[in-house]
Amino acid sequence: MNDITCQFLVIGAGPGGYVAAIRAGQLGLDTVVVDDRKPGGTCLNIGCIPSKALIHAADEYFLMKEAAAGRAVPGVTGGAPSLDWAEVVGWKDGIVNRLNNGVTGLFKKSRVKLVEGRARFLDGKTVIVTGETGEQRITAETVVIATGSEPVELAALPFGGKVISSAEALSLQTPPERLAVVGGGYIGVELGTAFAKAGSTVTIIEAAGEILPVYDADLVKPVRQRLAHLGVTVMTGVKAQGLAGESSDLLVETAAGEERRIPCDTVLVTVGRRPVTEGWGREELVLDMDGPFIRTDETRRTAMRGVYAIGDVAGEPMLAHKAMAEGEMVAEIAAGHRRVFDHRAIPAVCFTDPEIVSVGLSPAEAKAQGIDTSLGRFPFAASGRAMSLGREDGFVRVVARADNHLVLGIQAVGAGVSELSAAFSLALEMGACLEDIAGTIHAHPTLGESFQEAALGALGKALHI
Amino acid sequence: MKVGDPVSEDMTLAAVMTDKATVDIPSPVAGTVKWLAGEVGDTLAVGSPLVRLNVDGLGGTNEPEENPEEMVEKTGDHPESPSENRAPGAGERKAGGNDASMPAEEEGRGPQPAGLSSLANGPSPAPSPGGRPAPKPATPPARPAQRKPGDKPLASPAVRRRAIDAGVDLRRVAGSGPAGRITGDDLAVYLEGGAEASTGRGRIADTSVNDVRIAGLRRRISEKMETASRRIAHITYVDEIDMEAVEALRTAMNQDRREDRPKLTLLPFLMKAMVIAVREQPVMNAHYDDEARILRQHGGVHIGIAAQTGAGLMVPVARHCEARDIWNCAAEIGRLSEAARNGSAKREELSGSTITITSLGALGGIATTPIINHPEVAIVGVNKMEVRPVWNATQFIPRKRMNLSSSFDHRVIDGYDAAVFVQRIKALLENPAMIFVEEAA
Repeated sequence: MNDITCQFLVIGAGPGGYVAAIRAGQLGLDTVVVDDRKPGGTCLNIGCIPSKALIHAADEYFLMKEAAAGRAVPGVTGGAPSLDWAEVVGWKDGIVNRLNNGVTGLFKKSRVKLVEGRARFLDGKTVIVTGETGEQRITAETVVIATGSEPVELAALPFGGKVISSAEALSLQTPPERLAVVGGGYIGVELGTAFAKAGSTVTIIEAAGEILPVYDADLVKPVRQRLAHLGVTVMTGVKAQGLAGESSDLLVETAAGEERRIPCDTVLVTVGRRPVTEGWGREELVLDMDGPFIRTDETRRTAMRGVYAIGDVAGEPMLAHKAMAEGEMVAEIAAGHRRVFDHRAIPAVCFTDPEIVSVGLSPAEAKAQGIDTSLGRFPFAASGRAMSLGREDGFVRVVARADNHLVLGIQAVGAGVSELSAAFSLALEMGACLEDIAGTIHAHPTLGESFQEAALGALGKALHI
Repeated sequence: MKVGDPVSEDMTLAAVMTDKATVDIPSPVAGTVKWLAGEVGDTLAVGSPLVRLNVDGLGGTNEPEENPEEMVEKTGDHPESPSENRAPGAGERKAGGNDASMPAEEEGRGPQPAGLSSLANGPSPAPSPGGRPAPKPATPPARPAQRKPGDKPLASPAVRRRAIDAGVDLRRVAGSGPAGRITGDDLAVYLEGGAEASTGRGRIADTSVNDVRIAGLRRRISEKMETASRRIAHITYVDEIDMEAVEALRTAMNQDRREDRPKLTLLPFLMKAMVIAVREQPVMNAHYDDEARILRQHGGVHIGIAAQTGAGLMVPVARHCEARDIWNCAAEIGRLSEAARNGSAKREELSGSTITITSLGALGGIATTPIINHPEVAIVGVNKMEVRPVWNATQFIPRKRMNLSSSFDHRVIDGYDAAVFVQRIKALLENPAMIFVEEAA
């Protein structure tokens, strides 16, 4: 095949890579993006998007079941619902497919060339792409490494057979009768909750003292309560030891040191993700590393001239929206603009039930930095909108500096609060003070009002509590 | 200077040499040297730390030093200035980030009145002996800039984008908004007046850069000078000429001149002397085609006379000076310079010279290094005539003297020949009768 020479080459068409490619194309750079999957990366194919589709489907089914049992809004009842999980998965695949095509269309629109295959570096300017039709050599002025991340495997529970990763969990044809989730991080709890709602008997095993260990106890508590309500067994301080016995039960060791067997049909291992730094010829490059990640500066430049790294491979937080912002930035830098990655707010959302949103500093993190803080907290139990939605669990919390009221962090837990992340991030990014939020009229009746009330609370001027 | 050495305020830390100048870098504070970027003679990257100092006392007490440090930083901003200057400032700033004892500059911007902080700066010498104006008891800035070292400046994404596009480090911009937030207006003020506008200390560093497009005649001059300077190996020879005789003759000739004759300046005498000199050294009256390697010696002496006009430098040409008498030369000069000044000079009157005279005489100056009018090989520069004391073996006597600074194309003219040429002109001007004798010969 013909060799290609281009100005801007992106390795990986995930959220970071495809955004970098589109922006570079828009800016007139001759751009090529390489991926062996359909464009969209983990996020679109086997991550954010498909999991949200399944979570939504499970929610709908669960609500109908509740209504059938007379546990929904009084007066609303229904017959016993039925669930065809294979059809749900087909619907999910349809969404993924539409989005794959959408990204491909955006590539065309911005004149980006998509090369299918696996890229391997020969040097800092050249890669060989091995695709179905052979090998192709691509030389570029600027190369962006956007190889993403992959699920971490446990030595005791290698993937295969009944042990699956999140990718396979999204394509199961039926919800497993008994599902054991190893790893109580956000992916495990999200999927565990969805399968519990879809009818599985779910056990979540977490080695740390609490599930969702990156969030504080106040935020996790409503999720624990909901999991209990859904009949999910949560075991903390427990380590998975492997499969045992003829029925290949999951063998675990409790904090007390005793062994327990958990009968299960499927074991979902979600103990984290690691950057993909092997298998694409990193050894041909001279890249400094930062732990498992590629070390970059504030412009995502690596130790090599003209080589950038973005997204999961370039460091925490491993989130699609961070990767997108980095992708946009490196494309603009390659086009001659001056840019640095100096975002103040990278929101993190857990699509658990209830959902958790966190942006900026938590109260404990602010304290650890020696900052005097004012906290404001408004519970949804006091929100008219939350009552009218039938979900009063959760709260909004604002962390601000005590001296000048600069907002340092905002957290919320509650049904549907993921959509509040936009308001939270904007406030932080704009450098809002408590007075700015308190002085903004928030629409009534909405969950968003709770944000204003939390700010008022931090100022000692709460109205509705 | 080595690690552990104590330094006092204003003590010279290092002499930093750039391609343009050597600059002494004074210490902005008293302290001890903690870290050095290199040994004497090392080359450091622009913008990299030069030295880190351990400083006594609590943070935020070096207000009086802020200004000079800023000035240094400012010069660093100017793209053409010796930007290694910024090294010390940047170094200190970085040190401030990871060394709690080093007050970072931002803190100095705080609401603390300057007067107070100089008191708090215990061991530092009182008003600095270097004559730097003592800090005015300036009114503290109204804004509560509580930014701590390492704190990111507070600004909306739009303001940050504008700042980075303008190449502004927002850490240097004072914020007027709540919690010290930098508003769009704060940035605009900074961009217009610089941070100095907000320090309120009188004299401010002008960091503006005004891009002027070089076009028209200026562009042509620039290209011509570039060609000449790049291609020709210049040698400049300066000698002093006694002008008493030629001045006496000139005065006499002007007094008795006929009505129809122009008033003589010195220039026609020099022109006639040059005609005679090039007759003896035809190599001087030539065009050197350096691509063909041919020296084209001209029979006719076409003398270009560099003239300053409103639009710039022009070189009108007095053609065939070998065929003109001195009066005719003077008349031609008068006509040409008038034409050049009022813009009516024709193209052929501005080109075709074989040798050129340039004169900054009236402005003074002892010597010049004239650039040869390419592709010519010689240019004679006239410096100011003035009365100078001359030793006549028994005493100093006042004499009218004038320097002649002449450049030659050293590729085709040896220094010896250049000297012979200038000495010949000197001899003719010092014995001006010979000009007319030789001409007749």
